[in-house]
Amino acid sequence: MESSREEILRSLRAAQSSPAVLPEVADVGIRYPDAREQFAKSVSEVAGRCVFVGDRRRLDEELERLPEFAAAQKIVSLVPGVHRANVDLAAVADAHDLNDVDFCVLPGELGVAENGAVWVRQGGSPHRAAWFLAQHTALVLSGSAIVHNMHQAYERLEIGGPGFALFVSGPSKTADIEQALVIGAQGPRSCTVLVIEE
Amino acid sequence: MRATHEAHLPPAQGTDAAVQPPPQTPVPMNGAPAHPQHSLHTSSAQQHEHPAKAAAFVANDARLHWHDQAVWFIRAKRDRVSSAFPEWEQLRALGSQIKAHTLSRLADYLEHFEKKAVSLGAQVHWALSAEEHNRVVHSILASRGVRRVVKSKSMLTEECHLNPYLESHGIEVVDTDLGERIVQLRREPPSHIVMPAIHLKKEEIGQLFHQQLGAPAGLSDPKALTELARQHLREKFLGAQAGITGVNFAISETGGFVVCTNEGNADLSTALPPLHIACMGIEKIIPRAKDLAIFLRVLARSATGQPITSYTSHFHGPRPGGELHIVIVDNGRSRILQRDEYRRSLHCIRCGACMNTCPVYRRSGGHSYGVTVPGPIGSVLAPHLNPAAHASLPFASTLCGSCSDVCPVKIDLHHQLLVWRGELGRAHLVPIEKRVGSAIGGWILARTWAYRFFGKLMRSLLRRLPRALVYHRWNAWGRQRELPDAPRYSFREIYRRRRGK
Amino acid sequence: MSDVALFVPCYVDQFYPQVGLATLDLLDRFGIHADFPEAQTCCGQPMANSGCFSDAAPLARKFLDVFSGYRYVVCPSGSCTSMVRHHYANLLPGEPRLAAIGGKVYELCEFLHDVAGIKPRGRFPHRVGLHQSCHGLRELRLASGSERRIAAFDKVRDLLEGLEGIQLVDLARPDECCGFGGTFAVSEEAISCAMGKDRIADHERAGAEIIAGADMSCLMHLSGLLRREHKHLRVMHVAELLAEATA
Repeated sequence: MESSREEILRSLRAAQSSPAVLPEVADVGIRYPDAREQFAKSVSEVAGRCVFVGDRRRLDEELERLPEFAAAQKIVSLVPGVHRANVDLAAVADAHDLNDVDFCVLPGELGVAENGAVWVRQGGSPHRAAWFLAQHTALVLSGSAIVHNMHQAYERLEIGGPGFALFVSGPSKTADIEQALVIGAQGPRSCTVLVIEE
Repeated sequence: MRATHEAHLPPAQGTDAAVQPPPQTPVPMNGAPAHPQHSLHTSSAQQHEHPAKAAAFVANDARLHWHDQAVWFIRAKRDRVSSAFPEWEQLRALGSQIKAHTLSRLADYLEHFEKKAVSLGAQVHWALSAEEHNRVVHSILASRGVRRVVKSKSMLTEECHLNPYLESHGIEVVDTDLGERIVQLRREPPSHIVMPAIHLKKEEIGQLFHQQLGAPAGLSDPKALTELARQHLREKFLGAQAGITGVNFAISETGGFVVCTNEGNADLSTALPPLHIACMGIEKIIPRAKDLAIFLRVLARSATGQPITSYTSHFHGPRPGGELHIVIVDNGRSRILQRDEYRRSLHCIRCGACMNTCPVYRRSGGHSYGVTVPGPIGSVLAPHLNPAAHASLPFASTLCGSCSDVCPVKIDLHHQLLVWRGELGRAHLVPIEKRVGSAIGGWILARTWAYRFFGKLMRSLLRRLPRALVYHRWNAWGRQRELPDAPRYSFREIYRRRRGK
Repeated sequence: MSDVALFVPCYVDQFYPQVGLATLDLLDRFGIHADFPEAQTCCGQPMANSGCFSDAAPLARKFLDVFSGYRYVVCPSGSCTSMVRHHYANLLPGEPRLAAIGGKVYELCEFLHDVAGIKPRGRFPHRVGLHQSCHGLRELRLASGSERRIAAFDKVRDLLEGLEGIQLVDLARPDECCGFGGTFAVSEEAISCAMGKDRIADHERAGAEIIAGADMSCLMHLSGLLRREHKHLRVMHVAELLAEATA
């Protein structure tokens, strides 16, 4: 007896009509006069915050200037140099125990000017649940890793290796109640992008 | 080559997107079928379903305008963001071409996707029907002893009526998108595919939360209500044994898939429980990772007027120590693919822009369509599975064409609605009054002498009959409108006299 | 025999003869002497719109019989023109005369704008709300529309703008559908009238004295609502407006 898989594939093959060409999606995207400036503008438009830190060594200082970070007690950081980070994810047995994380600092690989999105890859680090359970987040991004648009982003990114990655654009939000925008729906209530220059 | 004039009615299917109960009727939770068995015969009630429900919606004038403005607001936001760069129409064309290409080789792309996904450690299942989808999902959950599931938004699972099925088997399913959770608690279907609770006022949501989530009476501030829901849903995420998500885009090249949310609920649903089940329609496949650039640039802009959703999660294989199951579902899509005139409807990326722009949707509300996916795209998709039950939908439109012009993947929605009308007409699923009127009108208009004779007679009667005989209860035009004045002479009579004939 | 024929929509012939006459007079004024072939009746849209394609097909054939011999067919209705140009293929698959007719049938404004290259001069000192009829707009592309991100154009507006004293008011929703929709007006009467009333309210708020449009069907529906409410806002077909302005 034919399996559902076989039946579906067979019926799809029977249905196919004339071939349609797959277009080349060469960079059709907008270029901004200043990608960093547009990036900052976009981050702000998606209810995030963008801070130009400059020297990486000033990272900690800038973090402390964020009221949410200053008030945070349980801090996760996947970015080195955050001295008050006090949760070692590798030592946590169960991700469910991370519900009380106040602040999570993550490394961004790439930023997109048109929409303020930052690409974060899990790689080998455990418990990505912390990224979403945390009440507040910060993403650390190199200024030279800011591209203009999504086409450029996908040209640079290697998609496909096993594992999880995502674009984060601003904090968690919803407008499901009478279209009123509320920041901090299920996930983090704030998202600050700290742009460092290497 | 043009299709023939025969009606292409699909054979009756089991579980499908049949008529949904109206909002106040609770969806049965006890294992009883959630929808009636349909037949190929249509009742007059079914043929008039949308008009009747729409009239009820319109009757509350204040609410009508509130709903219309709320949804138009999103159309306006879409207009603004799509003007942010010059290449918008180019993106639409590319998106449409990529989808058309993919559909022309869909089996190949699906097979390749499966191969790559499996090599990453995912388990892939195939389901022909909604029923089979439900059984597959249930069996995965049951075999791991799962009793508590969290779900992020998936119109496919809604289409398959997954929730009542799982509930009838003793599994708790919590919809974690805030809008979906709201309608779930109210035991009603979503009224919009992106903003499920757009039909509700904050006071109504406040009342619901007071009744079911312990909110203080009278609370209606959206921020406070959202905070309450946040706490409530956190508990659910933490207590869940499995997470079910939909799939926005499945990448054939890599075997991965993308899920887009603003709330982060897909991530919380899948980062905590060890089991992730992702449900996708066969048409969600795209060829290459770089094609995502096109679709992600138009999806949120079309749906909510945002440049991108807060979270665009790319899943490739299960979490270390976790399990990932992907369920690939047909449920009538391969049959749509066989129809040249309708195949472009499979381009749909479920953005909802067509609903936001549709003047009829905005003034009748999603529930008046009686199907999982309402509005223009819903009216094109629903009749495939059950033309009899959804015969009124292709007529719930003025064919204004606004939907086709906002669709980011260039589905020719309003043309497909007209094609459906012809198909329903040939299958005698059009209301009798239209068929009789059309036959009589067609006979008269095909004969110049008859047209002239009956035209003059009609005008003569209209000028002579007392008002009460013209504006009677069967004169639907005359309920709120005057008929045009009937002139003594038609254009052609005046023309004849002018030319001295 | 002229090489231009006038196609007058059935409801214009019966209920709004002045629109047909204005069209004829306007064309005459610009040196275009159109025939009115008397055998014409209807394009078949009401039947096709109801899904009764087999009732519409004979009307489509009759249309081709009456008009195929002309070089141009001009019609003061976007929806009837679109029916012929875009939808006759649904009714008469494989009909050889279809290829030619698509290129011959013109809605009045597009004919004046594209073929005759007319830029009307005259006087019309009134506040006018321009109603964008949907089929003319989105099927015949008489204007760019609010949905698409392309360079803006508007053929109907171009014809009116040159008139002295005319003020084209700004609408909140410049091209939302009026709700007529053919048989929709009757089968979905509640929504149809709600849509029409909203259009009227938009024009009222914008301060229009006259709602002008290129499709009398939309205007018939709006006029029906206006007259039932005893409102002073009037409707005029663009042909009537131009005929009056250029007289």
